[in-house]
Amino acid sequence: MSVLTVNDEHATSTTTKIIQPAWVRVLHWTNAVAMVLMIMSGWQIYNASPLFSFTFSHSITLGGWLGGALLWHFAAMWLLMVNGLIYLALGFATGRFRKKLLPITPGGVISDTKAALTGKLSHDDLTKYNYVQKLLYAGIIIVGILIVLSGLSIWKPVQLQWLTALFGGYDFARYVHFACMAAIVVFMVIHVALALLVPKSLRAMIIGR
Amino acid sequence: MGRLRSLLIPGIDKQLLVRDALKVMPDLARRRFIAGGASLGALTLLTGCDVSDSFSAEDLLKKVSKFNDGVQALIFNPDALAPIFPESAITKPFPFNAYYDLADAPEVDGKKWKFEVRGLVDNKKSWTLEELYKLPQQKQITRHICVEGWSAIGSWTGTPLRDFLKLVGADTRAKYCWFQCADSEGYNSPLDMRTALHPQTQMTFKFGDEILPRAYGFPMKIRVPTKLGFKNPKYVISMEVTNDYKGGYWEDQGYNSFSGS
Repeated sequence: MSVLTVNDEHATSTTTKIIQPAWVRVLHWTNAVAMVLMIMSGWQIYNASPLFSFTFSHSITLGGWLGGALLWHFAAMWLLMVNGLIYLALGFATGRFRKKLLPITPGGVISDTKAALTGKLSHDDLTKYNYVQKLLYAGIIIVGILIVLSGLSIWKPVQLQWLTALFGGYDFARYVHFACMAAIVVFMVIHVALALLVPKSLRAMIIGR
Repeated sequence: MGRLRSLLIPGIDKQLLVRDALKVMPDLARRRFIAGGASLGALTLLTGCDVSDSFSAEDLLKKVSKFNDGVQALIFNPDALAPIFPESAITKPFPFNAYYDLADAPEVDGKKWKFEVRGLVDNKKSWTLEELYKLPQQKQITRHICVEGWSAIGSWTGTPLRDFLKLVGADTRAKYCWFQCADSEGYNSPLDMRTALHPQTQMTFKFGDEILPRAYGFPMKIRVPTKLGFKNPKYVISMEVTNDYKGGYWEDQGYNSFSGS
């Protein structure tokens, strides 16, 4: 009898130890690959007609030339969009967004930012996001939606002209698309740096625990 | 495009190198080499992968691009008009853009030029410029969007292509109108029939109410505001109505063939 109880307890503790469920991990890494492909090919496309007075070094772009980069960009977009749509659907359906990302309060964000900057932020319970994480993760989801929509508005400024108009017209939509890319790159730098600082969070995103 | 090239491929321009080599090749071998060689050249630059690694990636990317042709044809609404703009929105000066400098642009003698109509049409006669000028014309102020990303608003006047196709008795169930141009390297581009029949697709004779200047494609350009710029051929010399996909100058090098906007 006692053996059975121990087994039960053991089983419960194993399931509660799952920090990132499998679907989150699969979608996360698929998204990571898609994002990197989109950003690197996007830089090559940008170089064909730069919006600002700089271009991206050839060594960090994908596709070799404009034609090659466009092939990559318009292939990886399917991976990004399908993966992203599944993520949004499951995020809402499972209640993950509501449970993990809400509520976001200004007070919480301020105090957690202070705690983070003074090195006092606790990472004991990785199943609960702190307010800075909540804000960044919710924010980057919105940026992700915006970069796809602005991208579609640049791709189809006639067929989706209502969407292009929503982004301030074709030329302005290119700046929106670029700004979203910049936000994602900044997020990625912070995100990767923090994951390396708290390696168990990286482990959780790979093996779940 | 010269500007683009210098930005894209610092140092040796492999595309130009390939093109120079092509000039000494017999015609038959040429197209095959463009299809294989040029894209191969592009892909050796991919990510530093060696060529053997790139083959599967190239095949996959080409397949997805074909898939995207289908998706775009599905999205294409033959009744959706490209946004039109007021005169005040016209970009001045409107940029000249090609894979050569303006000095190397074709110089067509309008008196000798004839527009050849071939393929699945009842009347295969060639048209002089004088004859074409007599056809009813329409004006549009629309946005030209380049595959490179920039855009410019221009004013184009000419005959709707669908009216001309009707006039020559074209089989509009055919898949493509394939255009050929006077450019020294034989620019050409296929246009899917549904786009050819779009009300804003135009045989353009005027830019900004004046006879089309050399820079913008004298004597005739095909203005397609629902396509990217490279699908708007200039210096057009012939049109073939056909069911065969005959490829195009940029399409063969890897630009998406439908490239609808």
